[in-house]
Amino acid sequence: MTKAQIRKNAFLKSIPIMCSYIFVSMAYGIMMENAGFGWYYSLFVSLTVYTGAFQFVLITFLSSGASIVTIALTAFLMNSRQTFYSLTFLKDFQKMGRRKLYMIHTMTDETYAVNCALDLPEKEKEDTMFLVAFFSRCYWMAGAVLGGVIGQLLPFDMEGIDFCMTALFVIIFIDQWEKTRKHIPAMTGLGIGILCLVIFGQKSFMLPALLITSGILVITEKGGKSV
Amino acid sequence: MTTGGILLAVLVSAVCTFALRALPFLAFNGERRMPLWLDRLGQVLPAAIMAVLIVYCLKDVGSDLRGIAFPKGIAVAAVAVTYKWKHNTLISIAAGTILHMVLLRVL
Repeated sequence: MTKAQIRKNAFLKSIPIMCSYIFVSMAYGIMMENAGFGWYYSLFVSLTVYTGAFQFVLITFLSSGASIVTIALTAFLMNSRQTFYSLTFLKDFQKMGRRKLYMIHTMTDETYAVNCALDLPEKEKEDTMFLVAFFSRCYWMAGAVLGGVIGQLLPFDMEGIDFCMTALFVIIFIDQWEKTRKHIPAMTGLGIGILCLVIFGQKSFMLPALLITSGILVITEKGGKSV
Repeated sequence: MTTGGILLAVLVSAVCTFALRALPFLAFNGERRMPLWLDRLGQVLPAAIMAVLIVYCLKDVGSDLRGIAFPKGIAVAAVAVTYKWKHNTLISIAAGTILHMVLLRVL
């Protein structure tokens, strides 16, 4: 493939990501604006953090003034799945030289899915993976800025737009649920979450809920029993 | 939160996220394999964390039945039903969010 063909192929592969990223990150930008953070904040977070679902949680953390420990632990647990994505690409990225760090930083659920499915010769695969990651990051940032600007211009009150975060999580949860027959971990999260909410209250239940849930899973999985 | 606090929170999040993505390159560089239990944990953790996050999103439903619980409950049901039906992320997010915004205003 020539350079132009690689670019075209990478763009075509990234179209599904474009549809979902621009839409979701616009919702993110609007929600940020609604919480009092202008488009430059949305751009800054998208540029540095760049991980869909957690960026939404971070909005509510920032506006409610959550502790740094809660924020770090939530980031740690929500994004831990991406550690497992990186494992898939250990050998591929290792060969990519200077682009390796960029590939690591831009590893999201969507780019993982698309790049995993590429069936190309080595050099072309590397170039395509890089471009898919690059395009996807551009879509995300463009949507976030656009959302922030739209949020500012919209003439009517956007109260309730924050539900898009809940919707996103319900969808990811259903995806996870359908992938496995082991539903006890999901039910554990739900049960411990509700229990901690009742015990610790709305403001401070996240930290214990995340710690206890992941603690239970570490113990059961390390013990080798199948849950 | 102060601007400094916000910047700190964003940077901590960025470092955590990057570190997780880079971890295998540091810890499993070369041929070392990941322990089996960690592999199993990777398969069960996401669903459990998502469940906690859903509780987080719905944490305020107990405080106001008509103003919060009904709009959120109905919208969550709409997301689940449309997603089970079409498996399209965009349709389900849009349907749930618009319904939620409408219900907030009419209920």
